Amino acid sequence: MDFSQIIPSMPGLVDGMLMTLKLLALSVVGGVALGTVLALLRLSSNPLLSGFAKAYVNYFRSIPLLLVITWFYLAVPMLLNWITGTFVSVGAFTSCLVAFMMFEAAYYCEIVRAGIQSIAKGQENAAYALGMSYGQAMRLIILPQAFRKMMPLLLQQSIILFQDTSLVYAVGLMDFLNAARSKGDIVGLPHEFLIFAGAVYFVISFGASLSVKRLQKRFAV
Amino acid sequence: MNYNWDWNVFFKSTGIGSEIYLDWFVSGLGWTIAVALVAWIVALGVGSVLGVMRTLPNKLLSGVATAYVELFRNVPLLVQLFIWYFMVPDYLPESAQVWFKQELNPATSAYISVVVCLALFTAARVCEQVRTGIQALPKGQSAAALAVGFTLPQMYRHVLLPQAFRIIIPPLTSEFLNIFKNSSVASLIGLMELLAQTKQTAEFTANMFEAFTLATLIYFVLNMSLMTFMSWVEKKVRIPGMMGGAK
Repeated sequence: MDFSQIIPSMPGLVDGMLMTLKLLALSVVGGVALGTVLALLRLSSNPLLSGFAKAYVNYFRSIPLLLVITWFYLAVPMLLNWITGTFVSVGAFTSCLVAFMMFEAAYYCEIVRAGIQSIAKGQENAAYALGMSYGQAMRLIILPQAFRKMMPLLLQQSIILFQDTSLVYAVGLMDFLNAARSKGDIVGLPHEFLIFAGAVYFVISFGASLSVKRLQKRFAV
Repeated sequence: MNYNWDWNVFFKSTGIGSEIYLDWFVSGLGWTIAVALVAWIVALGVGSVLGVMRTLPNKLLSGVATAYVELFRNVPLLVQLFIWYFMVPDYLPESAQVWFKQELNPATSAYISVVVCLALFTAARVCEQVRTGIQALPKGQSAAALAVGFTLPQMYRHVLLPQAFRIIIPPLTSEFLNIFKNSSVASLIGLMELLAQTKQTAEFTANMFEAFTLATLIYFVLNMSLMTFMSWVEKKVRIPGMMGGAK
């Protein structure tokens, strides 16, 4: 085992990690936003809307993420082509981002739904009694409390997502794992670079879950 | 752009012998099930042992199990798969290396790697469920077992585990479903399971929407049937008068 070659390869590895983090950050923001909308639909009294949200969640939760990534990689350019009528080049990053957002939204939706349902019914009733509209009650009363409660779960899901971003390997996007693999092949030390990549993922995920646990204790009422 | 919808594509000849594209999906599903089921059996065994270890009074044993869980839960599945497939074989003894890399059919060596990888990956999750199940039991259960003179192994075998496993059937079900979904990573090391066959069909026929729709449908049906099966198991083993059995 010769780990000395990792230092000279650092620039490429850092670029890969930045790609992974960029994908993670945008996917979390988009996934939570879409997931919150889905959760509100799911809890709506309109059977059509809640049925749609339920079907969406069940659909994405029963298929593998890798299938979604592969499919979107092939389908997103084609769909855009149909819609816009001209050829647009989308690239692996955008199609992966869309895939992660839509896939993770299904998981975030379930977390947000549980969070909203855990807020005492009296909060909502009191908001309406004060003359607030549905939008105001959700935005000012329910969601701020719900998000505080479910923050640890949302973060845990995001740590899983951080690990899952490595699946973009399937479509050749240069994320951290792919950068480590290709650097390792160039230098001729694939094992060392693979171990190094695994160690970096481990340190980040493990550190993050420890912080989440600490946060959970501090947030606990 | 013109896209030629053709739902009959699955019944067309692949040009290889008398195969039709549907045969590819059937064989892919077969590999997916073969990977997931074998890996699940191993994961259940290893995970249960680790789960018990985490609840033992012995600091060393519970420490080993804790370290295992943290290690396997915090490294991405794909990194683990690459380690098992590309790296570990290089450290086997000479004769085993020749056997694994040259004598074995490439599909078989990929299969072995995926099964080992998924089994050990899932074992960490099973371990956590088993531990939660055991710890969810009232303290009186283990105290009573020891008081009537059970040894530690007897206590686990006859008192704690039979109750713990019944409690954790729902979370175990979702791990069981996950192992089927996770088995799709096998496509990245060249095992022709369901996702790999889908990709191949999409490339051969240019009918990718049909191919991926069928794959989605297969995964969906597989999921639903496994879920139904597990809730049947849950009802079957339920002890009357215990745990939600208010009927």
